[in-house]
Amino acid sequence: MIHSLFLVNASGDIFLEKHWKSVVSRSVCDYFFEAQERATEPENVPPVIPTPHHYLISVLRHRIYFVAVIQSEVPPLFVIEFLHRVVDTFQDYFGVCTEAAIKDNVVVVYELLEEMLDNGFPLATESNILKELIKPPTILRTMVNTITGSTNVGEQLPTGQLSVVPWRRTGVKYTNNEAYFDVVEEIDAIIDKSGSTITAEIQGVIDACVKLTGMPDLTLSFMNPRLLDDVSFHPCVRFKRWEAERILSFIPPDGNFRLLSYHVSSQNLVAIPVYVKHNITFREGSSQGRFDLTLGPKQTMGKAVESVLVSSQLPRGVLNANLNPSQGTYTFDPVTKMLSWDVGKINPQKLPSLKGTMSLQAGASKPDENPTINIQFKIQQMAISGLKVNRLDMYGEKYKPFKGIKYMTKAGKFQVRT
Amino acid sequence: MTSLFSPLCATNILLYNDIVLSQQCLSSAKLRLIVFSGLRNEDLKEMLESNKESHKLEAMKRVVGLIAKGKNASELFPAVVKNVASKNIELKKLVYVYLVRYAEEQQDLALLSISTFQRALKDPNQFIRASALRVLSSIRVPIIVPIMMLAIKEAAADLSPYVRKTSAHAIQKLYSLDADQKEQLIEVIEKLLKDKSTLVAGSVVMAFEEVCPDRIDLIHKNYRKLCNLLVDVEEWGQVVIISMLTRYARTQFTSPWKEDAVFDENNEKAFYDSDSEEKKGQTESKPYIMDPDHRLLLRNTKPLLQSRNTAVVMSVAQLYWHLAPKHEVSIVTKSLVRLLRSHREVQYIVLQNIATMSIQRKGMFEPFMKSFYVRSTDATHIKTLKLEILTNLANEANISTILREFQTYVKSQDKAFAAATIQAIGRCATNISEVTDTCLNGLVLLLSNRDETVVAESVVVIKKLLQTQPTQHSEIIKHMAKLFDNITVPMARASILWLMGEYCERVPKIAPDVLRKMAKTFTTEEDIVKLQTVNLAAKLYLTNSKQTKLLTQYILNLGKYDQNYDIRDRTRFIRQLIVPNEKSGALNKYARRILLAPKPAPVLESAFKDRDRFQLGTLSHSLNIKATGYQELSDWPAVAPDQSVRNVEVKEWAPLVGKAKQPKSDDKFYSDEEEEKDEEESESSGSDDSSSSSSSSSSSSSEGLFYDFMLPCELHDTDSTSLLSLYLFINLLLCLSVTTPSFSPVKTYELLHHMSGKGLAAKYHFPRQPCLYQPNMVAVQVILTNCSDHSLEEIHIGDRSPASLNIHCFNTIERLEPEASVTVSMGIDFSDSTQAANFQLCTKTDQFSVSIQPAVGELLMPSSMTEEEFCKDQGKLLGMNETSATITMATANTSSLAINKQLLSVANVGVVSSSQNNIHRFAGRTVSSGALVLVSLELRESSTALLTINTEKSIMASMLLRDLKQALAMA
Repeated sequence: MIHSLFLVNASGDIFLEKHWKSVVSRSVCDYFFEAQERATEPENVPPVIPTPHHYLISVLRHRIYFVAVIQSEVPPLFVIEFLHRVVDTFQDYFGVCTEAAIKDNVVVVYELLEEMLDNGFPLATESNILKELIKPPTILRTMVNTITGSTNVGEQLPTGQLSVVPWRRTGVKYTNNEAYFDVVEEIDAIIDKSGSTITAEIQGVIDACVKLTGMPDLTLSFMNPRLLDDVSFHPCVRFKRWEAERILSFIPPDGNFRLLSYHVSSQNLVAIPVYVKHNITFREGSSQGRFDLTLGPKQTMGKAVESVLVSSQLPRGVLNANLNPSQGTYTFDPVTKMLSWDVGKINPQKLPSLKGTMSLQAGASKPDENPTINIQFKIQQMAISGLKVNRLDMYGEKYKPFKGIKYMTKAGKFQVRT
Repeated sequence: MTSLFSPLCATNILLYNDIVLSQQCLSSAKLRLIVFSGLRNEDLKEMLESNKESHKLEAMKRVVGLIAKGKNASELFPAVVKNVASKNIELKKLVYVYLVRYAEEQQDLALLSISTFQRALKDPNQFIRASALRVLSSIRVPIIVPIMMLAIKEAAADLSPYVRKTSAHAIQKLYSLDADQKEQLIEVIEKLLKDKSTLVAGSVVMAFEEVCPDRIDLIHKNYRKLCNLLVDVEEWGQVVIISMLTRYARTQFTSPWKEDAVFDENNEKAFYDSDSEEKKGQTESKPYIMDPDHRLLLRNTKPLLQSRNTAVVMSVAQLYWHLAPKHEVSIVTKSLVRLLRSHREVQYIVLQNIATMSIQRKGMFEPFMKSFYVRSTDATHIKTLKLEILTNLANEANISTILREFQTYVKSQDKAFAAATIQAIGRCATNISEVTDTCLNGLVLLLSNRDETVVAESVVVIKKLLQTQPTQHSEIIKHMAKLFDNITVPMARASILWLMGEYCERVPKIAPDVLRKMAKTFTTEEDIVKLQTVNLAAKLYLTNSKQTKLLTQYILNLGKYDQNYDIRDRTRFIRQLIVPNEKSGALNKYARRILLAPKPAPVLESAFKDRDRFQLGTLSHSLNIKATGYQELSDWPAVAPDQSVRNVEVKEWAPLVGKAKQPKSDDKFYSDEEEEKDEEESESSGSDDSSSSSSSSSSSSSEGLFYDFMLPCELHDTDSTSLLSLYLFINLLLCLSVTTPSFSPVKTYELLHHMSGKGLAAKYHFPRQPCLYQPNMVAVQVILTNCSDHSLEEIHIGDRSPASLNIHCFNTIERLEPEASVTVSMGIDFSDSTQAANFQLCTKTDQFSVSIQPAVGELLMPSSMTEEEFCKDQGKLLGMNETSATITMATANTSSLAINKQLLSVANVGVVSSSQNNIHRFAGRTVSSGALVLVSLELRESSTALLTINTEKSIMASMLLRDLKQALAMA
């Protein structure tokens, strides 16, 4: 399936290559570079590119292109999903997935890629199995390895691959047994000029960090499971039990993992936690434009809206902006025309605002489009869909674990059209 | 000596430096690489040949670094290959990496390593065997093909599933190295396809797809197994298996779409109307009945829509699209829309597929229209795909919303996208006649836009729209003529000129003037504009030669000497055509008809219109080109091939099954009633058989048990209860480690007499199996028989009382022919009481109140425990919880076999092995609440005995005591 993999950085250099079958010359990437040149933005490179003898399927993450070379028919999503899994694994191992990190750990990267694919077909992609095979590098281990000449390849054999729960290591031991669950919801919304919601949906995930000894069997139940009608699960979740009882029952993987993600679609009513009052105008003939923006909290159930960040791509004709924020700081990049305003926390008593003027190119006609405003924010201790965990129980082990559940709401792709 | 060691000293010093540095910053490794990249190959070679493991490892790491950067390190081959037998695992692995990379180039030297792998293939540790095979098969050296073949064959028979998986991978590698081995490899594939391990399934199907995708016959016997294993196969294997099964199903089953063709979404009404009688008549001649295997595939793939792997979700979606009856396809919609929140690349592929789907089935995605709204931050190709889908979804009801949305897009800063939006508006306008005028007016407004691309695109689209209804729009043409001077985009100018020419009779005053302007600027125009100018000139010459004769001649002269071939050709052609002279023959007479022929309006259609020729989710579909190795999805066969090929004979366990399943004659098909009846008859004995054999083989492997249960159950459930649930049920059984009683009598009770049921008769019995639907339900099997002389339709369960009664109903039976009968399974939650479950059994025309009253013994489930546990639990259930009585037993009943038989006929409990001869113990749990029920029988002299029942449920205890007393007293 996957023939070779090339890693290409932002400046168009191949800095790593790996072949699972016969070697494919790196000149095949020339077709990719052509497409890259044609694209105006890095994101606009088409994910699937045909060449005379091969097909290139690429993903872009952390400003690195992961280009897979394919020789024959294969579901493109199969390759894309796998490439993303590779990036996730690198991130898991090295903390970041940058060119520098990959170059520094080139041996570990190679060992990982070797284990993840056999003859181009995925072999071990489960992070728990990989970690058994190849220990993630840490500062301490690098030091010890250098002195003693020992290795970061596990001595153990990958027994996990054979077990009925391939996602969990065997013989896990902790002194403090803890299980934390984060319910994180992101609101994607488009708000129109007049402030009414055009579309809004919620994308939620439950991320878990489980550090429990042995083979615990957990059940998680919800106060209002009816909300979850469109879900996808980690393979550990027993699907039939969910179907029958709406209870999540699972033997968790060790460490961090995404237990489930769910989607509350635009057909449901979604509460919008902030509102924006805006007045952005350009006058014909004058080289000045007015900019006036005020933010305020809406349906937040009394919780504070924090880490608010407003950004907007102003029209090309804008030369500079002279604005006055009531709180926080703003920057305007005259080259990219990107305005961003770091607001911080919204105080309902004193609403944050950003007012001032924009100077336009002299003589140029007034831009006919108005910028869209992108907003980011966080609200702690609240899941905007109203999802609530009822209880978490553990079976199969004797000890009493420490349990914790956290809720958070964030803005996903939250856009206000002006 | 010193000279030889000096590089080593240097390394030592560097290593020391490393230690110091690594404390300060992690990038020391980088530094090290920089320092070492200066090292030449000779130095690396010496390090590799040194005695110290750490030096070797260090050197190998560097070599791998070189490979990663694409540098040539083949010179080091001899030095590296020596380390292949190293004890150090990491060193060994790195040597493997090197070997696989360079063996092809250094074939002779690579052979040196082979013996090491051959040895490792015999290692007692399965992982070492597997990794040896993995590397051995990755070395692309043709000489070792026979060795590889041998190794693969051996590994395919290995006890460890992991090694077998590796051998499946090796098959593909060997095949790509030497295609002549195909026949032998197919044999291995055939063998591995029979494997029951989930580890192997994905890999072997992958090998099948690579080596012999056309050998469909190998799949038959494994089809049901693959369907059942699917949920437990790892995610990547699932994708491969699903796409293979999609192809398989298209060759083996008949189309489920035929009858749907009558009521596709556009004329759904017709289906409900009374005039459907006539259609029913048509279908009656050959009713479509879905092959149970077809249904099995659909049912077993459905849960995978919940997978976190986007590729799995997509592959299930395409399976439903290509295989499911039309009305079932829509269940994939929600999952596909969910994928849109994933990474950009995933979005791209999913949107492409949705675009193709939305052309044929608008209704599927229309409720999710808003999920396709464009955000300013989307990448351009995502935006255009969303636009495509929105255009496909547009209909009379939602067009106003969509157009309002499009208005914002037109103003987008991304001009390419704005242009695409204008085209989309054009498409909406032609497709939906109600809004054509609105769209046209909107587009005319856009003509005064500042951006040139927007204006140009609008002109082009307006041109197309006007062509569809030219009569009433001369105003717009005039307006465009006015704009002509300001428009510089060639395509737009050409479009306006074409419009002028085409409708010159409607704008008789303006057209010649435009031509005059063009004559002035002709030489500076783009080629496409020149061509249209020539056309315009010709058309005007024919309609209005008085005014334009000179102008036309002037333009034709200019064109004659143009630099472009096309323009010169066109000019020459037009001149001959329109200017009459002696040489021009018959054509001249037809000039008017040629140039001013009414032209059909262009059809604005989706770019995804023809993509449905490819299977969804494939690379070919994504590129809209047939990719290498693409397997066509065949059309449904008109007549289904023999379905018995998929039957698996399991003689050892259930001999009756084989008999019942044997097709009687070639031309009979599955729904044959006779056969169904046969199955029915064999069922009671069949179930006896299975339960007895299961208890005897309860210690055997799970697969054994699986087949054990699967086949008899399959016969019961002609309403095609999912085999998946059966499979789960087996798992359930295994988890609970329930011992099924060695004897389970089948007492059949009457539910509805055929006299009172107007021909519908129903009987029920308790199969004493854990309920498939919910663990707290009691499984009940109902046998429905049609004793009337007409067929009964829509048999289902109606109202129930008490209303809170929890029943898992059977699927509605669409049709039951006279004399036919069908067995269906239900689950009823009796809440551990013998209160009757009342419900209505309904047919299309009638409703019959029926009730099922369970004997108390049926509310139990056997529970397995040792004697010790039994006594311990009994100790906890004393006092109030104990009920006992001295009973008199019939003399025939005093043997322990007879006691067991009598007791088990009354209550569904498990036998607890007893060390005392005079005490018999039985244990069970109530189905609903899971309370323990312990029964012990202590034999006394002269056929009396002490019967004790310990349970929290005292009412149940006394009822059970009464029943047992009766049974044991009977001879």
